[in-house]
Amino acid sequence: MTTYQGAKLAVLAAELPAVLGSHAVITDRQRLRTYECDGLTQHRVVPGLVVLPESAEQIAAVVRACAAQGVPFVARGSGTGLSGGALPHAEGVLIVTSRMRRILEVDVANERAIVEPGVINLDVTKAAAPYGWYFAPDPSSQQVCSVGGNVAENSGGAHCLKYGFTTHHVLGAEVVTPDGELVWLGGTTRDVPGYDLLGAFVGSEGTIGIATKIVVRLLRQPESVRCLLAAFPGVDEAGAAVSAIIADGVTPAAIEMMDALAIEAAEAAVACGYPEGAGAVLIVELDGPAAEVEHTFAAVRDHCTGAGAFEIRLARDAAERALFWKGRKSAFAAVGRISPDYIVQDGVIPRTVLPDVLRRIAELSAGTGVRVANVFHAGDGNLHPLVLFDEAKPGEAQAAEELSGAILDLCISYGGSITGEHGVGTDKACHLPRMFSTDDLDTMQRLRRAFDPAGVCNPGKVFPTPRLCGEVPGKRKGVHPLQAAGLAEQF
Amino acid sequence: MVTTLDGLRAACGEVTEAGADDAVDGVPARWVAWPGSTEEVSAVLRAAAGLGLRIVARGTGTRLAWGLPPTDLDLIVDVSRMDAVLAHTAGDLVVTVQAGLRMVALQDALARHRQRLALDGGDTLAGTIGGTIATASSGPLRYRYGSVRDLLIGITVVLADGTIARAGGTVVKNVAGFDMGKLYAGSLGTLGVITEAVWRLHPLPDARRWITTAGDPAHTAAAIAAVRASQHDPVALEVDRAAPGGAVTVGVAVEGVTDGIDARADAVADLLGTAAGTAATVADHIPDWWGQPLPAPHATVTCEPTGLADLLATSPGSLRGSAGAGVLTAGLSDDDRLGAELALLRETAWRHGGHAVLRCAAPPRKTGLDVWGPVPALTLMRRLKDQFDPEHRLAPGRFVGGI
Repeated sequence: MTTYQGAKLAVLAAELPAVLGSHAVITDRQRLRTYECDGLTQHRVVPGLVVLPESAEQIAAVVRACAAQGVPFVARGSGTGLSGGALPHAEGVLIVTSRMRRILEVDVANERAIVEPGVINLDVTKAAAPYGWYFAPDPSSQQVCSVGGNVAENSGGAHCLKYGFTTHHVLGAEVVTPDGELVWLGGTTRDVPGYDLLGAFVGSEGTIGIATKIVVRLLRQPESVRCLLAAFPGVDEAGAAVSAIIADGVTPAAIEMMDALAIEAAEAAVACGYPEGAGAVLIVELDGPAAEVEHTFAAVRDHCTGAGAFEIRLARDAAERALFWKGRKSAFAAVGRISPDYIVQDGVIPRTVLPDVLRRIAELSAGTGVRVANVFHAGDGNLHPLVLFDEAKPGEAQAAEELSGAILDLCISYGGSITGEHGVGTDKACHLPRMFSTDDLDTMQRLRRAFDPAGVCNPGKVFPTPRLCGEVPGKRKGVHPLQAAGLAEQF
Repeated sequence: MVTTLDGLRAACGEVTEAGADDAVDGVPARWVAWPGSTEEVSAVLRAAAGLGLRIVARGTGTRLAWGLPPTDLDLIVDVSRMDAVLAHTAGDLVVTVQAGLRMVALQDALARHRQRLALDGGDTLAGTIGGTIATASSGPLRYRYGSVRDLLIGITVVLADGTIARAGGTVVKNVAGFDMGKLYAGSLGTLGVITEAVWRLHPLPDARRWITTAGDPAHTAAAIAAVRASQHDPVALEVDRAAPGGAVTVGVAVEGVTDGIDARADAVADLLGTAAGTAATVADHIPDWWGQPLPAPHATVTCEPTGLADLLATSPGSLRGSAGAGVLTAGLSDDDRLGAELALLRETAWRHGGHAVLRCAAPPRKTGLDVWGPVPALTLMRRLKDQFDPEHRLAPGRFVGGI
């Protein structure tokens, strides 16, 4: 017997082929399963219906049809998100933007590109590179993730310490509102009159509309890029080096840290050849005018030595720089070499408490016997602890989940955040009340209601719901298909 | 009998009768409340909600003439008593402040740690934190560091019904919850009363240089394009033009370590001079016009980078601001020509993807003028206002579309 929601979905399945063409509407159960999860693979829901629109007008038509029937819809780009933001709705429509991959314009004189939402992040930079420009946000999934997804999640990346997040690099977006209207938020210039709805839209995790065209800023490539790898006896010394660099008034493009366990995993996976015996390594990258970079690079080197680095390697060319990054970028996947299962966290802490928090994490780990590998954006305090466990061993999964939760609590207690770049999505919705009061969350919902009074646009994400929060959040099982195929790395 | 004043005083110790000086853009107020904390602001707004009072929030009051006059006004909520730096951990490059703190006081406090909030310009520095957010003020540094929207990482606001709502946090990298700070930036107090803010800071540079030259619109626009396409990485890219047809001064600011700053400045001067056709000069002190506000009436005009030459050539009045960011101020005539000048400016801006908004003028001059021009997505903005302030009691009528 068909449910009421199922009947409404059947209406859409019958109507939408006329709008999109039958090739763009998927109803077959086996094919629907392809879309059952995003990069957070432990949450899986087979969507009621999948559509593959090719234009903004088609997305608007699909959304209008959903709105008319009161059927929920979820937008999905490349499906690389790590918080379950694109988790489908069982009785809803999944709108996949992968057929909207046109770069509509690269206008270097106006320092912008206009792209469709399915365009791959790295392809924007590739299109601008011949002119000497690039698109700054660089999540490590940038070879596969979509700009539409970057906008929804306000994606960061290794270089956001200096260059900021997606929100700083989007000037405007054409958006389908949850009632199916096409509107422009922002534009091709700054300070468009009225409320900054574009600013609210970026990072709203697909809950207030779907971007159909995006105006992104392009930046001029820097004159000089220098990168060093510094090896320390332990994380305390490496943390002290980070503090010294920042206190000196230097803003590197990136400062990344890995601890001994993360280094061990990376060596096992990609033989990155980091200095032997390192209890922690730092990768520090500087860019800008050559004269400026040379001077600050020398200062950074001195700070590393002063904090106790026992070996410092300087990248002589792009190939060596890529080698430094190889270990760092492979770290997540590499953890699979030393543990069958793991949970990825994305907490943020104020930079100054880094040594304290790492010590507390080590104590938690020692106290419970659960191993934690630390890989993180040290410059902005964005931790990615990898909590290791073996699902096959009784009690390990539970212990890992508890430790993972304890790390988030630690981040909050030090004045930090539960997510720096992966988003709240499905994964952390139940943790959000630990950061915000009911009034805070209700106020955010006012914004959501202004856009989506009927509550059909990616419902059940970001904000806690009783259904969601009855379940235990957290652990990562298995490998994402894109990652298995070597197409994506996690950061 | 319990009067309105009694009701307000029960919520907030300090409430006074308003005087002539308390008028907002020509509209008289009846009372002024002087709360000392977020909780007191909340209590005042709850009391005001019960009494149906229309409210305008005030800091130093320097930019209350921006936008349109309120359609009705009963109560001013003056936050100038709330002027504390609540937390500053220098190593984190983050500061938490109350809304009534003056920008100058904040910058002074930060400078002692060789840090700054990268918001500059005369208008910005004359006001408070709350006013800076509510008007989204910015100066020359926005070319490199962005504006209020880009530097604000946490905010506390009291809504019309007294609800205290926080968003963001005290770390720069944070995507937990909606980015509500963006909505309040530039909202002219129509969504809530801002009481606290958390900012991302930047280190003060060791050395700075200002490189300037002057020429006709076509040459100076070409010089600016050359700097933009270069790898000199300036922090500001400004223009100043006193009158239509007059020479345009171009100014570029570079910052960094002392070693090499002169060589960098000379390289910019070469580039600028060659493109503009007039030799550029390098100074180690700020040009006197740099970031200084123009007298009212003035408009904000925006354009795409390639529209700059057209704007410099055709805009009426005086023109000054961030050519780099494409956000400038046009000083217009304080007489009957104002409407025509605004229309001309808007037409030019529109050709280049931009807008022209009459930001500040004596109230009679705004009458009958379309101050805002075309506003995209206005329906959504009205729905947002209805969610936040359903009775339209916060700064009614000051914002776009009668919001």
